[in-house]
Amino acid sequence: MADRKRDLLLRSIIERNPIALLVLGICSALAVTSQVKTALVMSVCVTLVTALSSFTISLVRARIPGSVRIGIQITVIATLVILIDQLLKAYSFDLSKKLSIYVGLIITNCIVMGRAEGFAMANPPVSSFLDGIGNGLGYGFVLLTVAIIRELLGSGTVLDWRILPLVTDGGWYVRNGLLLMPVSAFFLIALIIWLLRTIDPVQQEKK
Amino acid sequence: MAEESLARPFYTVLVLALVCSALVAGAAVLLRPLQTSNQRIDQQKNILRAAGLYDPKRDVDEQFKVIRTRIVDLHSGAFVPPEQISPDSFDQRKAALDSTLGTALNKTSDLAGLGRQERYSLVYLVEHNQRVEQVILPIRGKGLWSTMYAYVALEADLNTIRGISFYAHGETPGLGGEIENKQWQESWRGKAIYGPDQGVALKVVKGRAAEQGPMAPYQIDGLSGASMTGAGVSNLLRFWFGDHGFKPFIQRVQAQGGLNG
Repeated sequence: MADRKRDLLLRSIIERNPIALLVLGICSALAVTSQVKTALVMSVCVTLVTALSSFTISLVRARIPGSVRIGIQITVIATLVILIDQLLKAYSFDLSKKLSIYVGLIITNCIVMGRAEGFAMANPPVSSFLDGIGNGLGYGFVLLTVAIIRELLGSGTVLDWRILPLVTDGGWYVRNGLLLMPVSAFFLIALIIWLLRTIDPVQQEKK
Repeated sequence: MAEESLARPFYTVLVLALVCSALVAGAAVLLRPLQTSNQRIDQQKNILRAAGLYDPKRDVDEQFKVIRTRIVDLHSGAFVPPEQISPDSFDQRKAALDSTLGTALNKTSDLAGLGRQERYSLVYLVEHNQRVEQVILPIRGKGLWSTMYAYVALEADLNTIRGISFYAHGETPGLGGEIENKQWQESWRGKAIYGPDQGVALKVVKGRAAEQGPMAPYQIDGLSGASMTGAGVSNLLRFWFGDHGFKPFIQRVQAQGGLNG
């Protein structure tokens, strides 16, 4: 049983990564990865929301009528997202200013609803909670990898720490503007998917 | 999955909607005081930053005591007495949308892309030993994607820039978003707004600003990869220091012999 729990938590990072294997949550992965800080907070928020929404939905899964289940899932998710947004505004104002539009985006993040519908509706609360955390970690892993590459090569910094001194500040590094554009995240995510599927051929789709 | 009857989906959704709305409404009401005080402190920080007075170690309310908030009538340029409009409760952004406090701008005068403008504006006076040392003005305008908001601090001559702080915008991070860059904002210091012909001469150029020559006091370095954002900044300067902005106020004060006269 302990093995299964660890498996639920860790399998989503490499083996069943929500972005790389299930190809969910791409939209927000493009939007928030130009800086590591926003990617980090987005990952934490998505992890929390996925875990809590999966837990809540799993708790009441026996009482949810099949015909309106998607609407109910979305309502639960939206409520949680609004609560997190309100809490951020009250207790971490600087962060909430940077994240205001992205927090709203969590509602539309396919991973959250994908896990609610695909896992929590058929599994007990604790497993669903762990599955939510696991998927959040998997999402965060890809987001941070992309964000570190983009911020380092695009702005010469990581988490606002200057690593490559820019020409404009008297250094030697000419920043790569392409990496600050959302489209670069597409290329990077594609490369990550390629890499993961080469290392672990099980993930390749059958012809 | 639960058994289906015709009424069941309805009352399940109803119960859920009630619970969720109670949670959301409860959180919004309970956290409102904290949120508004955060917003107020944040604004005060931005104002102090523009004036170059912000010290993160000290209490913001305490630091803000050197600043006096006044309201200016943008048409006449005169101060509005606090009995008429209280600066504490005046919401400038809302005023622009209000039908009595704001007016629609026509296309030719709307350089900053605002659509509507308020008639009254807040101004902040930094006082030291009974003398006004700086005046901080709120300005805003469209960049490439978004409205950019800033406070600009002027020396007591109302022409020389002491500092600027762009505090809210939605420009591309790393490109137009560099208007937040401290070094770039630092380069504004000492620049002059009005040229010899009394028109707004200060602008963001493409590439490097001239270091010497007659145009040097009126040029700010462009941000690479962000010419539209730079043009937006130039336009909002032209608007807010023009006839629809603070020019009547500035001229009136100068005609009266300055703020300390």
